[in-house]
Amino acid sequence: MDLPVDRFAEAHILIWDKTSPISFHRSETKMNNNKEYTLYNEKVMDHFMNPRNMGDLPSADGVGEVGAAACGDIMKISLKIEDGRIKDARFKTFGCGSAIASSSMATELIKGRTVEEAMSFSNQEVVDALGGLPPVKIHCSVLAEEALKAALEDYVKKHPEAASAPAKGEPAKA
Amino acid sequence: MPRPPVFLDHLSSTPVDPRVFEAMKPFFTEAFGNPSSLHRYGLQVREALRRAREQFAFLIGAENADDILLTSGGTEANNLAVKGVAYANQRKGNHLVLSETEHPSVLESIAFLEKQGFTSTKVPVDAQGILRLDKLREALTDQTILIAVHHANHDIGAIQPVAEIGQIAAERGIAFFCDATASAGWTPIDVKAMGIHLLSFAPHRFYGPKGVGVLYRNRKARLVSILHGGVQENGRRAGTENVPAIVGGGLAAEIARKELPQRAEKVRALQKRLMAGLAAKVPYLKFNGPPSGPLRLPTNVSLAAEFIEGEGQLLLLDHLGVCVASGGSCVSKSLKVSHVLTAIGLDHALAQGSIIMTLGKENTEEEMDYVIETMAKVVERLRGMSPMWDEFQQGKIDSTVAPRGVGRSFTEHAAEVSGHREERARR
Repeated sequence: MDLPVDRFAEAHILIWDKTSPISFHRSETKMNNNKEYTLYNEKVMDHFMNPRNMGDLPSADGVGEVGAAACGDIMKISLKIEDGRIKDARFKTFGCGSAIASSSMATELIKGRTVEEAMSFSNQEVVDALGGLPPVKIHCSVLAEEALKAALEDYVKKHPEAASAPAKGEPAKA
Repeated sequence: MPRPPVFLDHLSSTPVDPRVFEAMKPFFTEAFGNPSSLHRYGLQVREALRRAREQFAFLIGAENADDILLTSGGTEANNLAVKGVAYANQRKGNHLVLSETEHPSVLESIAFLEKQGFTSTKVPVDAQGILRLDKLREALTDQTILIAVHHANHDIGAIQPVAEIGQIAAERGIAFFCDATASAGWTPIDVKAMGIHLLSFAPHRFYGPKGVGVLYRNRKARLVSILHGGVQENGRRAGTENVPAIVGGGLAAEIARKELPQRAEKVRALQKRLMAGLAAKVPYLKFNGPPSGPLRLPTNVSLAAEFIEGEGQLLLLDHLGVCVASGGSCVSKSLKVSHVLTAIGLDHALAQGSIIMTLGKENTEEEMDYVIETMAKVVERLRGMSPMWDEFQQGKIDSTVAPRGVGRSFTEHAAEVSGHREERARR
């Protein structure tokens, strides 16, 4: 996490105290009450506090639900797909702040992409778009990638014709 | 922020009492001497340390101020107690007995000793988190040199039967170390009546400053130093004393002892109000540890909201001005579920949704009502985002707190979707 630089800039003001015989200087440490101290960066907090695309799609074309064995988080992504392109996406997440933010960001990023493009989606995109995640929370973005891919697989299973449509080509598998 | 935040994390630390702060001030600037010095500056400070030792002894009913060892904090006091007793008695035996729900500073000190040839036995607790005395008796061998059981648990507030443990220790002639960092200043402690040979606590948990810890050691209990390079604390803890913190801690201890009945009564009433209000307002909530009463610390409320995770609750509560701790898994640095919640047999999914609220003397009834109302909102909001809540509504999974007999358990469900993931990873 970034250090709150502005806080430290004003934290240590050395004052020459000529009146006291023993204490030669005094250090004033102030706490900045106007600053919001948060666990994650602004972007992650924004996506946690105001999640985008939270919910379900009643007539989803593909739904993926995955769990992370490491921490027990569970993520579900629903996709609406038309003409091989992701028209809409929704998520529901049981997990920590960064898991909720990761699924919110992942659904934002993949809307408008073709199924083929979405198949090569990487968790790094989520991390970058969120302006970074703490190392111990990177797995949250991995879970978002996996939930998306599980939803795409579900779509392909239900619509084999879409997957083999010549114009769209084979889903790109890394 | 529309209202000042409600601080419900007194387990982590407390604000320094203004009287304590005033008492500390001269020891930073005027009475700054090193107590080991032989001139007036040193001697002046030595007297202040002596007074603090007496105040610490007063808090825990110790007869002799010389039995008080001063350290840098609760963690160091626990390390010194465990390692110091183990090394001092290694000719006598190599077996250490502890409860499953000790603080990491005790657990990991013992794990460290195990790498050097010591062995240990962890005694289980019951579903409320109370040590099983029958299992403790079974665990003791003729090689046992230390019994380490905390007074009250940090996470779930369970008060251990220390007097009974003290009696068992006395019968067997084994040293009994009790970590009282969660209880000191909030629950009466009498080391003599409880048969405790070593006891640790930290004044910053009861309105004293950080940077000082106390280890009471009955002179009959052998202890060697783990910090070397000085004769401080009769050679049992080298290093210059943190004089201002010790002076402040001493006064905090004296005040805590004098005000203990009023403080305990006040927070106990708040605890009852908070627990009853949450139980009434938030469905599918489980309280961990014993009910509010003699077996529970008056300061601690530990709960788990089903179908949601703890960190999200913590973040939203903080945003709404309620500062709490999480006992769940996804808490900033570690992904592990609290060993205490595992020890009381809490379902993994529930343990993930666990929150710890710890009360202090400055909390009010109005604050409790705000917390209850806010908690209800936060839980509702997060359940609205949780796929598990949907699946519970649809009857696919069942509640652990109030089972309806429909659907499989959350844990089974989680294992299956995690299984899917591993299957996908293999392909």
